[in-house]
Amino acid sequence: MNVIVNGEPRELPEGSSVTEAVAAVTASGAGVAAALNDEVVRRSAWDATTLREADRLEVLTAVQGG
Amino acid sequence: MAPGRNTGRDTGLTAKANQNVKDGDMEDGKRTGVHANGTGNGANVQNAADADRLVIAGDELGSRLIMGTGGAPSMHVLREALVASGTELTTVAMRRVDPAARGSVLDVLAGCGIRVLPNTAGCFTAGEAVLTAKLAREALGTSWVKLEVIADEQTLLPDPIELVEAAEQLVADGFTVLPYTNDDPVLARRLEQAGCAAVMPLGSPIGSGLGIRNPHNIELIVERAGVPVILDAGLGTASDAALAMELGCDAVLLATAVTRAQSPARMAAAMRYAVEAGRLARLAGRIPKRHHAQASSPFEGLATGG
Repeated sequence: MNVIVNGEPRELPEGSSVTEAVAAVTASGAGVAAALNDEVVRRSAWDATTLREADRLEVLTAVQGG
Repeated sequence: MAPGRNTGRDTGLTAKANQNVKDGDMEDGKRTGVHANGTGNGANVQNAADADRLVIAGDELGSRLIMGTGGAPSMHVLREALVASGTELTTVAMRRVDPAARGSVLDVLAGCGIRVLPNTAGCFTAGEAVLTAKLAREALGTSWVKLEVIADEQTLLPDPIELVEAAEQLVADGFTVLPYTNDDPVLARRLEQAGCAAVMPLGSPIGSGLGIRNPHNIELIVERAGVPVILDAGLGTASDAALAMELGCDAVLLATAVTRAQSPARMAAAMRYAVEAGRLARLAGRIPKRHHAQASSPFEGLATGG
């Protein structure tokens, strides 16, 4: 299954969850949020939310700014 | 200098500060207590300053200096500067996770006991800003957001149309919205009417260090605002921060002036004192400006020569 995670194409096993996709880009889950196709996925729903072909996942955290 | 704003908040603070000074005089038993007894009035003025807290959306902050974290050369330098600034609220940006990143700005803020204020820097549309704010709320567990919707990369000036649209959506979603706005009294009022918890007019473009280019507009915003006014962006050095407070702003928000100074921690301390000095000067009530001199020494009793 091909998805876009933070703008980069990635191949993940069929039925991968948001939790698994996030783990592919960061080891730390603290201070991190995810949006699937421009909708925020609450942390409590990460395990139960599965990705589909061509989904776009954004995984953000806080950096220096402002 | 303009009188206190029409909300009565500033007037109340001034009255409170003056009352404390007056009480000090009475305790000392003489009007000369200011100089004769350094612990009398001095302590009361300090107490008044301590009690003069910034309140945003019902939350009290002990410092009127809000810091940004952008531009610091290292986490170590950032930490030193934040500590020296005395700030209690500091902004961060939200970006895609970088697996190679070393050290987290969140760890620095947590270590200093500083509350985090996520921003929507880099967003050009209301839609982008709203999504970024929602991600920040989820990631950081705060519904406060510094709302930033810029028009173009060259000026980094706010896009007023997108800004108001984003503010309305975020307020409706339960956010405490602190919008970075133009130094436009009309736009500031529209943002307040949209339910924003403060308005944050720029002094000049972000990172420019040009100071406050339109002090009159800042005064107009202060006079008409019913929410805290936070001077945000463009400050270059301590006198700019003091001026913001003297104009009646409730706080200042700055980053570059400190983080890109040759000695960030030293400039952070300068900004801290400038904000305190400017606030005290505002509450003290400056003398009116005069065209001609006014002698401070009496003319009576002069020695006559020849």
